[in-house]
Parts: sequence; C-alpha cells; structure tokens
Amino acid sequence: MAAVPLTLPVGAWAGDNQNALHPASKQEHSISVLWWVMLVGCSIGFGVIVILLFLGWVRRNRDYLPFGGRDRAGTAIVIGLGVFVPIVILSLLFVWSDLYVIKTTEAPAANSTPMSVKVIGHDWWWEIRYPGTRAVTANEIHIPVRTRVDMLGTSADVIHSFWVPALNRKADLIPGRVNRLLLDANRPGEYRGQCAEFCGQQHAHMAMYVFADPPNVFRRWLANEARPARKPATPQAREGERLFLNLPCSGCHMIRGTSADGTIGPDLTHLATRTTLAALTLPNKPPDLTHWIEDPQRYKPGSKMPGFSLTSSQRDALVAYLDGLK
Amino acid sequence: MATTVTEPGLKRVERLERIWVEPRGVLGWLTTTDHKRIGLLYFFTTLAFFGAGGIEALLIRTQLAEPNAKVLSPETYDQLMTMHGVTMIFLFVIPMSLGAFGNYLIPLMIGARDMAFPRMNALSYWLFLASGLFMYASVFLHAAPNAGWFDYVPLALKQYDPGRNIDFYALGLIFNGISSTAAAINFIVTIFKLRAPGMSMNRMPLFCFAMLAVSLSLIFALPSLTIDLVYLELQRNLGFHFFDVAHGGDPLLWQHLFWLFGHPEVYIIILPAFGIATSIIPTFSKRKMIAFPLVALAELLVAFIGFGVWAHHMFATGLPTITLVFFAAASMMVVIPSTIQVFAWTVTVALGRPEFRAPLMFIGGFIVFFVLGGLTGIMFAAIPFDQAATDTYFVVAHFHFIIFGAAVFPILGGMYYWFPKVTGRLYHEGLAKLSFWLTFVGTALTFFPMHIIGLLGMPRRVYTYPSSLGWGAYNLSETIGAFILTAGLLLIFWNLVYSRFRGAPAGPDPFFGGTLEWATTSPPPPYNFPVIPTVRSAYPNWDAEDRRADVARLERGELVLDGGHETPASTVVDAVPDEVLEMPGESPWPLAVAVCTSLLFIMLLTRHYAVAGVFAGFALLAVAAWHSKEPQET
Ligand code: HEC
Ligand SMILES: [Cu+2]
Repeated sequence: MAAVPLTLPVGAWAGDNQNALHPASKQEHSISVLWWVMLVGCSIGFGVIVILLFLGWVRRNRDYLPFGGRDRAGTAIVIGLGVFVPIVILSLLFVWSDLYVIKTTEAPAANSTPMSVKVIGHDWWWEIRYPGTRAVTANEIHIPVRTRVDMLGTSADVIHSFWVPALNRKADLIPGRVNRLLLDANRPGEYRGQCAEFCGQQHAHMAMYVFADPPNVFRRWLANEARPARKPATPQAREGERLFLNLPCSGCHMIRGTSADGTIGPDLTHLATRTTLAALTLPNKPPDLTHWIEDPQRYKPGSKMPGFSLTSSQRDALVAYLDGLK
Repeated sequence: MATTVTEPGLKRVERLERIWVEPRGVLGWLTTTDHKRIGLLYFFTTLAFFGAGGIEALLIRTQLAEPNAKVLSPETYDQLMTMHGVTMIFLFVIPMSLGAFGNYLIPLMIGARDMAFPRMNALSYWLFLASGLFMYASVFLHAAPNAGWFDYVPLALKQYDPGRNIDFYALGLIFNGISSTAAAINFIVTIFKLRAPGMSMNRMPLFCFAMLAVSLSLIFALPSLTIDLVYLELQRNLGFHFFDVAHGGDPLLWQHLFWLFGHPEVYIIILPAFGIATSIIPTFSKRKMIAFPLVALAELLVAFIGFGVWAHHMFATGLPTITLVFFAAASMMVVIPSTIQVFAWTVTVALGRPEFRAPLMFIGGFIVFFVLGGLTGIMFAAIPFDQAATDTYFVVAHFHFIIFGAAVFPILGGMYYWFPKVTGRLYHEGLAKLSFWLTFVGTALTFFPMHIIGLLGMPRRVYTYPSSLGWGAYNLSETIGAFILTAGLLLIFWNLVYSRFRGAPAGPDPFFGGTLEWATTSPPPPYNFPVIPTVRSAYPNWDAEDRRADVARLERGELVLDGGHETPASTVVDAVPDEVLEMPGESPWPLAVAVCTSLLFIMLLTRHYAVAGVFAGFALLAVAAWHSKEPQET
C-alpha cells in the first residue's frame, strides 16, 4: 500500500493564528492594549537607566552630575526616581489593569451568557461538550460569532491550561474545579490554542481550534454533532464498523448509536467533521488517519492509544468507516 | 603587613600560623573547617553542577532550534528541562552565591577568623554535595525528575509518574534543604555576632546585608517547601491524600506551599547579586555607595515583602478576583526596593570616577538585564496581561533575564573581582573584557527573542513545535545565542585557570577595595587577620589610619588573640566586643554525618524505612561525637 510520506511537516497549516497580539475579541483587545501601553512605559524606564549608565561612562572622569550636583543631588535622584516616580506609575498601572481592565477579562457572571461550552482536559486532548445538548466532540470547539459563550473548564487527570491567545487570557483546567472564561469572538475565523500548563510527555501536542462560525452555520453544526452516528453506507465501511466494534477501539472510544462506549479517548461519532486528528497533531485526511491508527506512538509517543497491526484491507475498511462519520 | 612588624609581632604571627594550620592534602580538605577552603569546595562543586545544567540547556536549545526536531525524545526532554531548572537554582546559583561567595567573603568582610559554627559549615557543604550527587544519580538511571522544576501535582503523583523520578526530586530537595538551612543559620549568627569591634549595623558592608536578608528568607521559606515535599512523598509512597480531590485533598495546596517558598526563592537568588554589585561598584567608582542606609533597608525589605506575593504565580488557577488584586498590589510594592537600588547603583557610578574594568562591566550588564527582567516583571503584576503571558516563553524570557542576566552576571563579575584575593594573582583584563561582551551578546540573543515568541503564543516546556506558527527563526537565533554565551563562559573559566598559574602577582589590594577582605594578604592566611581589625566606617579599608593602627596593635599584642583557636564576638547592633570565642578545629565528623544522612536518603528512596531509621541513628551518633572536645594546641 502507498505508505504516503507526510508531505507537510506535522501541524503545518497556513494562516494559524496563535498570536496574543492579533486579538479577535474585546477581551484580548484590551489585553493587547494593556501590553502596548506597558511596552511604551517600560521602554521609557529602560531608556532612563541606560542613559544614566551611559552618562556614567561618558563622564567617567568627572565625579559630579551634569548640573554640578554631588551626593545630595544623587540621593535626591535615588529617592525621586527610585521611590516617588515608581509609586505614582505603579499606582496608575494598578488601578487601570487590576481594577479596570480585569473586569473585561474576568469570568462572566454565572448564567449571564446565552450558551456555554464544557472543556475537559485529558492527556493529551480536549473533550468538548455542549451542556443542554447531546453534542460531544474533541479538540475543535465551534462557537457562534459575536455571542458570549461561557467556557467551563476542568480536567479529567492532571492540570492543563486552556489558552486561545487571540480570544482571551488563560484558564487552568484543574481536577475537582471548574474555571470559567468568556469566549466572544468578534469576527468569524479559526483561532488556534494550545495547552499552556506542562502536563507530561505530549504537552507539546495538545492544541485545539476554536472556530467562530456565523450563527446559522453553528446551529447546523451543533444539531449534526448532537445526532447519533450515521450508518455506514458502503460494504467496506460496514466492514470497518464491524472491525471497530470488535477491536479494542470500542473500549476506548465512543461512537454514539453503536455499542462503542469507551471514554478513554475522544468521542468519534462525527470524527469526519473535524479538520485535524489527535489535538491538531495530524490533518484529518484518510492517509493521515491510516498512519495514526497504525502507529499513534510515532506521532504522539506516550499517548494512551496503542498501535495496531492490521491487514491493509482491515485498515482501509476502518478508515472508510471513520471517514464516513460526518 | 607582616613585613613591617618587629620581633614580638612576628612571634605572634608565627603562633597564629601554628594554631590555625590544618592538615595538608586530601585529608585536610575532607576535615577542613576553614571557611575559605569550604568556600572553595562549594565553588568547584557548584561550578561542576553549572556545567551539567549548561549542557542540559544546550541540549534543550538544540532540540528547539527548528520545528519538529528529533534530537531528544519527549521523555528525555522533560527530564533535561526539569534537571536544568533544579540544577541551576538549587545546585548552582544559591550554593554558588551563598556557599562559595558568602562563605569565603563574609568572615573576611566582617573581620572574623571563621564562621560562627565552623563544623556546621563543613556539614552544610558535605550535605550539599551529597544531595547534588543524589539527584544526579537519577540522570544516570534515566529516571531523573521530569515534571518541571515546580513539579505540579497531580502530574507528579504516582498515578501519572510511577517511576522513581519524582522521589529523587522530593527527597533530593529535602536533603538539599537541610544543607541550606544549616548554612543560613550559620550566616545569620556569624553576621550578627562575629563582626569586628566597631562594625555596628550601619557600618556593615552591603554585601553582608544582602546575605543576611537571603539567610533570613531561606529559613522562613524552606519549611514551606519541605512540608510540601513531605506531603508529596507521603502521598506517593504511603497512601496519603493531601493533593487528591477524590479524598478531599486539593492539587492547589501544592502550588500554594510551593510558591510560598518559590517566590522568596527568587529574591534568595537575586539578593546575593545585589550584594556583589554593591561591592564592585564602590571599588571601581572609587567612592561610597550613594544612599547607603536606603540600599541596606531595601535589601531587607525586598526579602520581607517577597513573602507576600506568592499567588502571583497562580493568577490563571481561578483564585477569586479579590485575591488576585491583593497579590498584584503586593507585587507592585516589591518593585520599589528594586528601583531604589537600581538608581543607587547607577547614580553611584555617575558620581564616581568609574574605571570600567571587567568586574564593573559585568555589573553594567547586570543592571541592564535586571532592569529588563524587572520591567517585564512589573508587567506580570498587571493581572490580565499575566493571565495571557504566563506559562509562555515570555515568562521564560523574564526569569532568565533575572536569574541568568541579573543573578549570574554579578557572580561572573565577582569571580574576576575576588580572583586576586583568592589566588594572589591578577586575571587577564583584555580576555576578561572580551568574555564580557561574548556573554552579554549571547545572553541578549538567547533570551530576548523569547519575549516575542511568547506573545506569538509559544507555551513553555514544549519539546517541539509546528512550523506553521512562525516561531522557527526566533528559536534558531536563541540557540545560536546559547552557543555564543557558552563560548563567553568558557573564555571566563579559561582566563581564570590560565591566570591562576600565569597571572601577575596581585598584592593584597589590587583594586583599592573599601571592605576588610582587602586588608589582609592574598590569599588570606588561615586565621584571616593577624590582628582583629577595628572599624569606624562602612569602608574600613579606606581608613588608612585605622589600618596602620592594626599594625601597631599587633606589636603591642592587642586583639591578636593568639591564646588559642580564637575569634572575638561582639554585640549584635553596635559590635562592642563582648566575648572571645574558642573555635573548634578541623574534624572528620561533619563528613561522617553527611555520609550517614546520604545513606538515610538512599534508604528512603528505595523504601527501606527500617534501615533508614538505623542510619538516622548513626547520623545522630556522629553529631554527638563531633561535640566531644579535642585537646587544643597552644
Ligand atoms: C487504550 C485506549 C485506546 C484504544 C484501544 C484506541 N484508542 Fe484511539 N485514541 C485514544 C486516545 C487516548 C486518543 C487521543 C490521543 C491524543 O490526542 O493524545 C485517541 C485518538 C484517536 C483518534 C483521533 C481522534 C481525534 O478526535 O483526533 C482516532 C481517529 C482514533 N483514536 C481511532 C482509534 C481506532 C480506529 C482504534 C482501534 C483500532 C483506536 N482508536 C483504539 C485511545 C485509544
Ligand atoms: Cu495539557
């Protein structure tokens, strides 16, 4: 069989936005304004010190300050620039950032948003649920654009951290706690995020997308995700379903509408609607799916999913089945 | 000094030589209680660990030089990344600044003949060495700690990390903590009680203030870490549930206790650097520090306020907003003592006639990097920005400018500065300047781009990254920077090694330093000073008259203390002499205690608890034995 080598380096998609300074929400916008203002302030502060040091070097043969000041003037500078000026500047920064801007990025008041999405961190993927519906998916969150969405985050194992830089700050996902965060994209698009708390071997491959869709697209998507899996359409796919249910796959993965009810790995009911596999490690194309099923440890060493040695027809059948789970 | 004295003076010096001499050779090093030799032991040991931590860093940087690299496996990467952090913090910076610089210099600076507890000092060293070797044994077993230096649970629990890796970490750091606690107590007592007559608190060198602040911080901060580590070991090995949600525990407990230690730790790392800066700046600027009392106060304040800011490491954990705001306010406050010092350093240079020799250049680099890292530190007190930038490479940039740029540059400058004192020879100035520029450029190139990739979304502690995010070029330049930096560091060590054998003779005081270490010969004799100096200002070595008076007192036999292994003690605030202390001599017992303690920890690691108890008993017996008094030579 065509052992198609990966032509794209792992994870290469054009136009990925994981940039905290390309805000796509009011929240991230306020964080980036905070950053640019602090950058200007800090550059000035840095400049003052460097100039002082430079003066020390240029005037190394003179033991007084440019205006003739000596110890008294020196002490005055230390107290003025070292105590009073910083107190004023820091107070201003404190009031602005920690009392005012913080309101923008705070978790939304409980039940103040039209919808919420539940994110559960796993080693090393994201489980995504839509409370009030049966929809369950993984690694690719869809939200309606220009809608306030309450993200409720927790973890099933170790601590992870939810971070989609273009949309908002981080929220740690901690077992036994629910941390909330507002997602409110102001333009449609796909926003990349990544786990920000070290969570073990595959911390590097625990990424996600947030798709901000136009509301009608979102509604259609959600309705589809909530439905049980489609019945396989071709004989090959039917063979794939049979294999899936008889191999260990079904012990780890859920496919709603079948007897596969595992919860160790992602829900695969609508796998084919996702664009990527294994928390953005591979694109979701049949060849990559084949590679993944054959040898997950090659792409994510340490992952809980073991490799399987299958005949090529078994493998093709499985892929045909999974690829039909629209 | 000894040359200008006459017959009776020389006789006294000879007596001192006889009283303070230690055995030669390996045995001498194993049993030594001389703070200078212990300082040197610390120096070479920490340097070796620095080498190990540096190799780890280079491997990490090589793996990250390009996207999707396969130089290291994820597991190896995690172990190296964790060991790099643990090594640089616990086995390099702190023992280097406190153990090596502090040990060698503090008794000299305060005009004492040794540390207050010389044998405990030796014990601190041997425990430190043993704890370092203990932790490094894990590397050779390919079971090194792998959950990051702050070792968050649940990741560090047995469920997710079943090997011995985390036990090496937890037991190793408890072990290391015993050494640090002993050292800290020793410094506090030494600084409080052994100062030369007349060296009242307000005349104490700023270096000593910094070390005092560090030692106080250590003894208050370490218990929190130790408790945390004990909880972790109990949960991992004996079925306790401190961090286990299912049984009413809480993973955040780990973080609170860890950072309650971890933040003061940052100041423990940086304060000695301040101390070194305030030693080098006056010497090469040829004037006193400006705003001396304010700087002393700032050094103590920073250590104190440092205890009230720990939760700013936890801004993304979902603490209530009011808590965040409180800790952000405290974090802003802790800036002030630092700004005071930055301006005091720069204004002192501006007001002096600075001679930009290598040590002062390193201090210049230190100021630049400290300000850079400090300013990004202020940004982290802006909660929303912290919550965006935390756990990204922006933080990695920030704390490397602080821990490497600001804490290590003065150490490097200090190596040059005190090299003539320790060896009696001068380093090579030209090479030293070149090494400064290499390390300066290397540091900037390694760590500056990390700010940018952090904002571009690169989280810390990833063993690789995709090529689609535009991080490749920045990472490559960081890796190149790391190798330039390495070249600079190697040049420094080459310079020191070369000069140790070929350098020009330095004489007692080549830089006209103001503090007392320059008042004695280079290298200093085992008893430090033939006569205990008396002090009337903060820069006693610039009081030429007082130093001439020392010589006269040697003639008269005043304050020579040649009746035994003696050093004077004085009152805490005013340094009025109140006692002559009989100091213990060299002893094999500290080493014996350390060996028993090592065996104890090895048994804990391998879970032979009963045998561990036996070794604990042996350790106690050895402690008892060292208190037996040997006959004194007179
Ligand atoms: C021991 C449990 C286990 C078994 C058995 C298992 N998987 Fe998985 N699988 C996982 C886990 C865990 C993941 C998530 C991996 C990651 O992203 O880190 C996963 C991921 C996947 C994904 C990617 C899902 C996504 O949303 O990106 C597919 C497809 C998949 N498995 C298919 C299979 C098939 C087909 C089989 C049987 C041949 C199988 N798995 C057997 C645990 C398992
Ligand atoms: Cu994670």
